[in-house]
Amino acid sequence: MSEEKIIEVKNLSKEFKELKAVNSLNLNVFKGDVFGFLGPNGAGKSTTIRMLLSLISPSEGEIKIFGKLLKNERIAILKRIGAIVEKPDFYGYLSAYKNLEILGKISGIDVTNKKIMEILDLVGLEKRFKSKVKTFSHGMKQRLGLAQALLHDPDLIILDEPTTGLDPQGMKEIRELILHLSRDKQKTLFLSSHILYEVELVANRMIIINKGKTMVEGAVNDLLNMNKMKVTFEVNDSEKVTQLLSATAYINDLESVANNTMIFSMSSEKIAPLNKYLVENKIDVSAVIPTRSLEEYFLNITDKDA
Amino acid sequence: MITLIRIELFKIFSKWRTYIGFMVIAVIVPVINLAMLAEGERSLDFMTRNLQQSFVFVGNLLNGYLVSYFILTSLAVHIPFLIALVAGDLLAGEATAGTYRLLITRPVSRMKLVASKFIAGLIYSNLLVLWLAIISLGIGIVFFGVGELIVIKSSGIIIFARGDVLWRFIIAYGFAGLSMTVVTAIAFLFSALVENAIGPIISTMAIIIVFIILSAIQIDFFRNIEPYLFTTYMSSWRMLFDDPINYAEFLKSVLILSGHIVVLFGVTAFLFNRKDILT
Repeated sequence: MSEEKIIEVKNLSKEFKELKAVNSLNLNVFKGDVFGFLGPNGAGKSTTIRMLLSLISPSEGEIKIFGKLLKNERIAILKRIGAIVEKPDFYGYLSAYKNLEILGKISGIDVTNKKIMEILDLVGLEKRFKSKVKTFSHGMKQRLGLAQALLHDPDLIILDEPTTGLDPQGMKEIRELILHLSRDKQKTLFLSSHILYEVELVANRMIIINKGKTMVEGAVNDLLNMNKMKVTFEVNDSEKVTQLLSATAYINDLESVANNTMIFSMSSEKIAPLNKYLVENKIDVSAVIPTRSLEEYFLNITDKDA
Repeated sequence: MITLIRIELFKIFSKWRTYIGFMVIAVIVPVINLAMLAEGERSLDFMTRNLQQSFVFVGNLLNGYLVSYFILTSLAVHIPFLIALVAGDLLAGEATAGTYRLLITRPVSRMKLVASKFIAGLIYSNLLVLWLAIISLGIGIVFFGVGELIVIKSSGIIIFARGDVLWRFIIAYGFAGLSMTVVTAIAFLFSALVENAIGPIISTMAIIIVFIILSAIQIDFFRNIEPYLFTTYMSSWRMLFDDPINYAEFLKSVLILSGHIVVLFGVTAFLFNRKDILT
């Protein structure tokens, strides 16, 4: 990825009366990133996105996008951004086609019939282009939301919970579209979600925020490697295994034993040697289940702060 | 800017509520004309009974002009409601529908957005007044023909020659358009403050009704505050049916109403530019 900063946020805060929704947030998104913006509900993700899109004004701090200050060059910046903010709402009394045509015209772009139909085709709504949006399901509105975000071929795409309300197939298609936009179209994507699995699958860098504060920021792979994994061993005799391990360093990694299920907290390099050691000592190992996901990491971090 | 205004007009005229005003006028005006056809002569006779002892009335006094004058007088309180129905929805409707997010993330200044919406609302209001003018004069003239206009005032009675009436109506309807633009500006301001169109519609009507009531109460205290109520100036179109016309007072009303529009829009634009979009 490039070192060119696309989004640069410094000490960003937003207060609503008594509530500090965002608290001295710092983040950097580089060109070509698929940047995961993670946090539990109420963490301040949508407030931050609204500030990035100038829907709300920060109480403190600075936002630079494409190297320009948002407060000074809002229009020039927004010309290069496509976004979905929270749930996709449209003019329900107008057709999908008309909604896109209007939004294109407001954006000052040349919205040809071909362009609109291409975008509708990309999101799988080409057959419903004449239908009024009020007849659309949530998933269809979400797709139309993506269509309006991509209509003017933006360099930066900000997607706030883009898979919310979609069925598994729809979620998969959105993931594929995100990867396509990143790999084939060299777009920079800023992807907010509380569905951590989604981010883990597509993002290269991420930030986790909670209560408006940065918890951690970095490359997804690096952050994953920072943590030990939870590894579940299903064995035939857990008492014998405990005795065996008491003479080794593995005993320090053992977290819990229930029936013949033993849970270890260890780094990934230790899994194979432990398995080999058990088998060599005539222990039947019926299953080894490693659990290492961003979700666990995310939960650990947010729990610590709770 | 013209594109934005066109889009806003397209949005306004894509909603069925926009047509309520036009439909109401298209129904109520013929009904009033039918009522005048049935009872008009008797009413006119009743109004001029005292004068008939001293004067002889000749010609077609119950004519389209008189009916239009009557309609213009009676509908002054009702048209603002029809205006508020649309103007109150201009900004609040975007908040309710959640489409503020779509609009404000476009590369266009908030000032242009708010101005285009206001201009579209202003066009709607004036089209409604124009529709009222066409329907009331048109149907009145079809039903009753043209003739001299008799205007009865507390100070006396004025009869305008038939050739001296139409221009007065044209300016009166123009002035009504200005008055309705003030109503638009009030509803638009309230629309910027809230996230549901019902509030602006009710608030606008409440203000107009309260101000009209305050103007009607004949107590010195209320007479003192009358110059500060914009509703006082909204009925200045009646000056056009005075002889001679007090142009200075009429112009004063035009300027005061125009000032209201500028100030109300200025406040709306200021608030909208600073507004946090949370819907």
